[in-house]
Amino acid sequence: MLLRYLFIVLIIIPIEAFALIEVDITRGNLSPLPVAVSPLAIDKDSKENFEKLLKKKNLGSEISVIVENNLRQSGLFNPLNKDAFLQKPDIANLKPRFEDWNLIKAQALITGKVTFVDKKLRVEFRLWDVLAGKEMMALAFTTVPSNWRRVGHIITDKVYERLTGEKGYFDTRIIYVSEEGPKTNRVKKLAIMDQDGVNNKFLTLGNELVLTPRFSPTNQMVTYLSYFKNLPRVYLLDIETGMQEVVGDFPGMTFAPRFSPDGKKIIMSFAKDGNSDIYTMDLESRIVERITNHPSIDTSPSFSPDGRYIAFNSDRSKYQQIYVMDKNGKNVKRISFGNGLYGTPVWSPRGDLIAFTKLHKGKFYIGVMRTDGTGERLLTENFYQEAPSWSPNGRVLIFYRETKTNSKGEGFSAKLWSIDLTGYNERMVETETDASDPSWSSLLSN
Amino acid sequence: MNLSKFLKNGFLILVASLVLTACATQKKTGQMQGDVYTGKETVEYLASGVPDRVFFATNETVLTTASRETLRKQAAWLRKNSKINVVLEGHADERGTREYNLALGERRANSAKDYLMTYGVSADRISVLSYGKERPVDSGSNSLSWSKNRRSVTVKAN
Repeated sequence: MLLRYLFIVLIIIPIEAFALIEVDITRGNLSPLPVAVSPLAIDKDSKENFEKLLKKKNLGSEISVIVENNLRQSGLFNPLNKDAFLQKPDIANLKPRFEDWNLIKAQALITGKVTFVDKKLRVEFRLWDVLAGKEMMALAFTTVPSNWRRVGHIITDKVYERLTGEKGYFDTRIIYVSEEGPKTNRVKKLAIMDQDGVNNKFLTLGNELVLTPRFSPTNQMVTYLSYFKNLPRVYLLDIETGMQEVVGDFPGMTFAPRFSPDGKKIIMSFAKDGNSDIYTMDLESRIVERITNHPSIDTSPSFSPDGRYIAFNSDRSKYQQIYVMDKNGKNVKRISFGNGLYGTPVWSPRGDLIAFTKLHKGKFYIGVMRTDGTGERLLTENFYQEAPSWSPNGRVLIFYRETKTNSKGEGFSAKLWSIDLTGYNERMVETETDASDPSWSSLLSN
Repeated sequence: MNLSKFLKNGFLILVASLVLTACATQKKTGQMQGDVYTGKETVEYLASGVPDRVFFATNETVLTTASRETLRKQAAWLRKNSKINVVLEGHADERGTREYNLALGERRANSAKDYLMTYGVSADRISVLSYGKERPVDSGSNSLSWSKNRRSVTVKAN
């Protein structure tokens, strides 16, 4: 439960070069942009100091590996093999010999330098357009050395933004439910990790069942469902201090919590006498408002990013479907009309799409539709998968997938997966244990 | 060179069904009628002749004839043993989204509760707890396993 501040000084050197390279992220990228990530140069003294402090042999190389992995996993970039690099890192950072980099077909080049200054980590990096022979960006950060991994993520975010025109999602974390033990008696713990799976930490001990953690847009708070004392209730957890409290005083199960876009309210379901309706609670005033009042099951609410609308799941037409209503519960409209059942609507941070889980003919799909229900697009099909959560830039979805067991109940696993909004770049997100219910944080630094 | 500076201030925390389409054919096998479990394998007994659980069809919360019979036995037993309180634990199978299944489990347990109340058990002796799909009794991924997991189980609370 440590809070570390990261003070980063960004020195932006204005760019005159007109960028020739750019990456289109709106389509599936079948030919990712070849990029050379040169190891960041490091002088002998700095190298020794960081080795002593962080037990990393060459911090410059380590940071460049983080950038490389991030770029590769985005599916939009193809980081080239370092063995082919002809120019030394320190020289390349001063002035790349573009012919050399052109020779290995690099279109973009990232160079940089790491130094140990006043017990701090100073990193500068540059992004070069190899074909145009121009510098596209130059930035420098200073931070505490223990933040070195975040520096790699921030560099990736800056490069991604410069080349795609949209914010990145690399300096972020995922909160999820870690799962262990037999399927009939799973032990579940809240866990948090960096977006790339590193720095995993458990936030609960597994003494009680926990489900559906969701990040606040302000990042320090998480809301989730806990079966503490066998009373399933929505909790609020401050991951900075470890303090937690029950949200509201409901005489029954509360579940399916999410934050409002301003982080000031929690929206959730409250179940009583066999009926679940949607409520909000203002975290400051503690005022509880009932949003739906219908004998059907109303659950899985999700606010639009402007806070004006709520998407939710209801079986008021007999089976689970997706509905949208005004924030006060008025003007309820069903928006899912395809074949099958629809659940877990989640509004995109860009506002234009709703991600969902669909069940049709024994298969589960993760898909997206426009907020009026048109333009349904299924991204992935499997035996079981659900609970999509958006990357902060609205370009990637993370969700979980469970495998089928055999007749003896063997072979069960639950894993996190991510897929681009384009339907490309589907990949498993490695976790130490089995995992479910992922929620993506917003960018830690903007 | 015109340098602009930004102080960036972040923080780093180091803790940091298949609806089975109702098995359209209402086939009666040894252990299922339609897709409602009718077997005995998983059933426990609150007392001699008083089964502890009732089963549901996919996505359904209505009580079958057999379920009503079981609940009448439970109600009679509870009326005779007026000091015993119970928790009705409602469950769903794994073929539904987690949050909807929590609501479905709660609704199933309440169907059973309503029926017990109709047969003379007072509401303050019954509490309801939904586990959604979190506590299956059978870990298989097949329609028989799922039918065993769609259930409401009456558990003694004291």
